[in-house]
Amino acid sequence: MSWIPLSPEEWTAVRLSLRVAVVASFVSLPFGIATAMVLARGRFWGHTLLNAVVFLPLILPPVVTGYLLLILFGRRGLIGAFLADHFGIVFSFRWTGAALACGVMGFPLMVRAIRLSIESVDSRLEEAAGTLGANRPWIFLTVTLPLIVPGILAGTVLCFAKAMGEFGATITFVSNIPGETQTLASAIYTYTQVPGGDAGALRLTLVSIAVSMLALLASELMARFANKRLDAQ
Amino acid sequence: MTLCIEVRHRLGSFLLDARFETSGGLVAVFGRSGAGKTSLINVIAGLIWPDEGRVTIDGIDLVDTSRGILVPRHRRRIGYVFQEGRLFPHLTVRQNLLYGRWFAPHPHTHGDLNRVVAMLGLGHVLERRPGRLSGGEKQRVAIGRALRASPRLLLMDEPLASLDEARKAEILPYIERLRDEAQVPVVYVSHSVAEVARLASTVVLMSEGKVVACGPAREVMHRLDLLPLVGGAEAGAIVEVTIERHDERFGLTELRSAAGVWRLPRLPAPLGTRLRLRVRARDVMIAMSPPADVSALNVLPGLVADIGAGEGPLAEVRLDCNGEVLLASLTRYSIERLGLAKGVPVFALVKSIALDRHALGGTAGAEAGDEAEAFSLHRP
Repeated sequence: MSWIPLSPEEWTAVRLSLRVAVVASFVSLPFGIATAMVLARGRFWGHTLLNAVVFLPLILPPVVTGYLLLILFGRRGLIGAFLADHFGIVFSFRWTGAALACGVMGFPLMVRAIRLSIESVDSRLEEAAGTLGANRPWIFLTVTLPLIVPGILAGTVLCFAKAMGEFGATITFVSNIPGETQTLASAIYTYTQVPGGDAGALRLTLVSIAVSMLALLASELMARFANKRLDAQ
Repeated sequence: MTLCIEVRHRLGSFLLDARFETSGGLVAVFGRSGAGKTSLINVIAGLIWPDEGRVTIDGIDLVDTSRGILVPRHRRRIGYVFQEGRLFPHLTVRQNLLYGRWFAPHPHTHGDLNRVVAMLGLGHVLERRPGRLSGGEKQRVAIGRALRASPRLLLMDEPLASLDEARKAEILPYIERLRDEAQVPVVYVSHSVAEVARLASTVVLMSEGKVVACGPAREVMHRLDLLPLVGGAEAGAIVEVTIERHDERFGLTELRSAAGVWRLPRLPAPLGTRLRLRVRARDVMIAMSPPADVSALNVLPGLVADIGAGEGPLAEVRLDCNGEVLLASLTRYSIERLGLAKGVPVFALVKSIALDRHALGGTAGAEAGDEAEAFSLHRP
């Protein structure tokens, strides 16, 4: 791709950003659907608390979220130590940590989109499926899930977009190591901190815009396809 | 099929307190809006868990709160045709029809897909999605979908309420075929006298959350004390008739009943077809002697069997016409002027054009063991 004048280091940052964003949005998807389902349909004590916890990263300064991740998922953190010792999963100063930070930051957006979609599903259809012999898991798989596909697409794209743009939590949690945790955003930030880095910052900014535009277009097309399947409904 | 229900359930300030027992055929749960009809069948379907009570079908307990039995709705095998259809919008008609197949323990109890499709006339829409169907087609798919799940009982909650007259006429014959050909016991919720008169073998009459009467359709519909609940202006007698002769010259059809001969505008049905005729009380006139110069073609002799009690300018009179019941809605002034009382011989007069097509329906399954073919005037 020599027609795009990016240096190998810049390509690394772009590829890393894409990998982090894709992993962040797809790994959080099942959790996002489950959480949205619980928030949309569940009636239990602690509902409001769960809702607050899920949406907290949206309101907290990203630095705070990043610092909390460092405390919890760092090498000596409560959860981080456990995962490292038992499963060999290490987050601190790795690209996986960047993915975790991006996933946490994008999670509220994803859950919100899917939750709205679940709430718009006519629960009487699920009742009807029940009278036809389907139990709850089957109803979810055959009725609810297909009907919330547009919401899932929207949520995934939002999470992906948030992950592509995430900066504060990532840099706090996993720092800014070229080739390991330096994402597009951190690379642009680095450029702006050195003299003569303007051209590099601009190149990466254009790449960033292009990726975001493509993601939005793709989601628009998928949503249109999904809606077409539902016809006039 | 025997269905035995005994429930008490509070919904806000409304108390559903219903009990009845019935067997076979098409049971119409009938009553005004807000009488608790839908709540009652929601209890049967398992969409409402009653505060206390018992629901038993063929000796199988679905609900028995005293013993803590509550079979979840997906294990009840009770088909439900909802008022609004509730088809799955993301599936084609074929997929909607096949939905229950994954869960049905005996997948072919009520015929295979082809038979259901043929019976409901859905062949041409199988690959469409519900968004592209007319209201009548949607309801037929909903009926087919419920049938394919091999239900031991089919619940229908005002399946025609959201449709216009033409669409209703399109669906009624299919429900008659369901009753007669598929032999599925049906509990049919309705507030329409016409539908109940046409379809029901048994009527459960509800009012304000309670079952007021339960019994054979004609018995319940002919009780004078229940007429206000049965539906005022639409109330009438249900007469069983057989097509006896077609009069080609005047385009009339003669129908034989125990009460005598009825003449109607020509019916497109073969001789010998058995039908139900609904004769509205307000369309019946009373004469003390057989009128010589009168245009009404239907003049039937009978005896006054009962006169409705109560206040108001109007009263219902029940006539016994050789074993067949007729109802007449008269002013109290006329009753007094004619000197009507129990046992007085009279003549009932009905204009032929008052007996319209909507007053007719096939009867084959209405009486148990009847061999006659189901017939419908609206069958395509």
